Amino acid sequence: MADTIWLIPFFPALGFILNSSIGSRTSKTFVSWVACLAIFLSFLTAAGVFWEFLQLPATARIYEREIYTWIASGELSVNIGFRLDALSVIMCLVVTGVGFLIHVYSVGYMHGDPGYRRFFIYLNLFVFMMLLLVTGNNLLLMFVGWEGVGLCSYLLIGFWYEKDSASDAGKKAFIVNRVGDFGFLIGIFFLFLSLGAQGVWTLNFGEIGRNAHLLSGGAATVITLLFFVGAIGKSAQIPLYVWLPDAMEGPTPVSSLIHAATMVTAGVYMIARLNFLYSMAPDTMLVVAIIGVLTAFFAASIGFAQYDIKKILAYSTISQLGFMFVAVGVGAYAAGIFHLMTHAFFKGLLFLGAGSVMHAMSGELDMRNMGGLRKKTPITYWTFFIACLAIAGIPGFSGFFSKDEILWKAFSSSQGHVLIWLLAAVTAGMTAFYMFRLFFGTFHGECRASEEVKHHIHESPRVMTIPLMILAFLALVGGYVGIPHLLGGENAIEKFLAPVFGPEIPVKAALNFDIVSAAWASGGAAGHDGSLELALMVASVLIALLGITIAYVFYVKNPGLPGRFAARCSGLYHWVHNKYFVDELYDLLFVRGTLKAGDFLLKVMDGWMIEGLVNGTADWVKRAGGRLRKVETGYVQEYAFGIIVGAIIVVGYLIVAPMF
Amino acid sequence: MLQEIPSGLCFILSGILFTIGAIGAIIRRNVIVVFMCIELMLNAVNLVFIAAANALSSMDGSVFVFFIMTVAAVEAAVGLAIFVMVFRLQNTVNAYEVHLLKG
Repeated sequence: MADTIWLIPFFPALGFILNSSIGSRTSKTFVSWVACLAIFLSFLTAAGVFWEFLQLPATARIYEREIYTWIASGELSVNIGFRLDALSVIMCLVVTGVGFLIHVYSVGYMHGDPGYRRFFIYLNLFVFMMLLLVTGNNLLLMFVGWEGVGLCSYLLIGFWYEKDSASDAGKKAFIVNRVGDFGFLIGIFFLFLSLGAQGVWTLNFGEIGRNAHLLSGGAATVITLLFFVGAIGKSAQIPLYVWLPDAMEGPTPVSSLIHAATMVTAGVYMIARLNFLYSMAPDTMLVVAIIGVLTAFFAASIGFAQYDIKKILAYSTISQLGFMFVAVGVGAYAAGIFHLMTHAFFKGLLFLGAGSVMHAMSGELDMRNMGGLRKKTPITYWTFFIACLAIAGIPGFSGFFSKDEILWKAFSSSQGHVLIWLLAAVTAGMTAFYMFRLFFGTFHGECRASEEVKHHIHESPRVMTIPLMILAFLALVGGYVGIPHLLGGENAIEKFLAPVFGPEIPVKAALNFDIVSAAWASGGAAGHDGSLELALMVASVLIALLGITIAYVFYVKNPGLPGRFAARCSGLYHWVHNKYFVDELYDLLFVRGTLKAGDFLLKVMDGWMIEGLVNGTADWVKRAGGRLRKVETGYVQEYAFGIIVGAIIVVGYLIVAPMF
Repeated sequence: MLQEIPSGLCFILSGILFTIGAIGAIIRRNVIVVFMCIELMLNAVNLVFIAAANALSSMDGSVFVFFIMTVAAVEAAVGLAIFVMVFRLQNTVNAYEVHLLKG
């Protein structure tokens, strides 16, 4: 398989080329087969590599093949090469596996859309770019994928471009991402130069990893911070998260694939890929963890007061991405990737479930107009329920294992801090609350839809429900690849990823009990590592159950309560409901200033100076020409007269001049 | 025996002829006449050459005269051909009525 790893990104590219060249002359069936099969073949290839990896000893699990020299200029040499190791093979499996299911789902979801072909062309292009991002063996190729997925994200958010809100959201996503990509690009330059100064001119991950020790600590900090700016943009963290909720304007499968399962996790993948650099820069890691946990908390709180089901899921995605950044920030890269994987399952499922709900509700998104869908859409109901349990972190579901791993690492790692743990644990409880608020509001209680919509409610076709069921199965069992030692497992995924991430970040030398942990671990249990981990695990489960219970009381038992509560703290509610007015703040701080500057440049610099200069020159020449053309009378004899007069003057001068 | 004519007189005569030719070329309207005036100017120049050659006892001037006569003949052929074409197109050979290149 080692020689065929280039096939993984190749198949989606082929699907993209086939559909965009001859797709318009063939049937819809052909387009959907090509698109789905392309992803499936990639998945099979990735699965084959994964199978081979399992046979190989841990240290031999790296396939690297270079197929073409892209740039060779002086010291700079960049190849189109692919690298598959434990990390990228897991990413490939997630991208192609979840991607395939979402492709199949889209066949049903987009069935009546006039842009059906265009949709699959973009989707294939996206998967190609994403696979380029995760399999590329150097930073520049990764950057190509990075920008490529950004482009596809823009195209797919603005898929229904006739709608102003959709095309605006696409532009917003693209522009906000530019800010992050700028940091990423500067980071690449800086890394290239800093390593070059030590005599190693390379962008290849393997070589950077081997020579990372040549960098000074300060350089590593700056480089990793710049890379993190890129991750902030792509993975929607504070302060650049604003584009992701708006990105929900795109078709729901797109939200599921790009804005939940794959593209937005690129930032986490990038940090995990460059873990050797981040491990050299503890300051950056602290920043990453803090931004992550703040984003997780902040986004979860916004989720409390939203009614648009896709917006709630979007804020939930931002929040879960925050969790992943906490994991990589405290050095638990494997836990971050583990959560990335389980999140792809349950969040992909949640979005597809939301799509199925929209399908049933004739496109309705506001959960105030839903309710009581349990009976009418049983498959959607049960799969959605599983996903909610998984994201809430109920033991036995995938989210529990990955989230608990992150919480434990945030607490115990020498890079972690009890405050980070505390905030993350509270966020986990909030997640359980708002997810079940969404769940109860959508599926339980009385149906609040209009009679006409109510009449049409129906379960989605099989092509949509089967991917839902498969993803539900994955959301249920996906966590069993990472059962912690404490519960008798062996944390297989962490072991599998260990060759990429190097030695584990050590546990705090002396787990120094602060007030919070001391309260739980009071008594004889305090000193014992295992019982502390168990205590934290039980605590987080209790927090999650508490969140679900509150949601149950608020939205099932006592539906009037949330309204009264909102009325009581109307100021706070108003503030949260309007997403803390962050969009308005950015509008005030950046957008208006930029627009004004643009206006100034347009009117004064361009309209007055440049236009004046160019048109003035042209005007002047034109006017001078208008005068001069009168000389050309067309009468031959006048020309002859001119020649003679000229000759007389010249000859006269030659005669007269010597006299003086 | 031919009486030797002083070269100074020849120069004056050729100057007069040249001036008549030049003025005629500018003010006459009929292009045929203009053309004849140009021939007059050329021949005035020929006269200067001959006179100067004689005065200086040099063959150079006489050689130039042959060149000029040849060129004048060629010019006459080309020029007359152009006038024929102009007449066919514009139905006139009046220099004042042919001014298509007016700016």
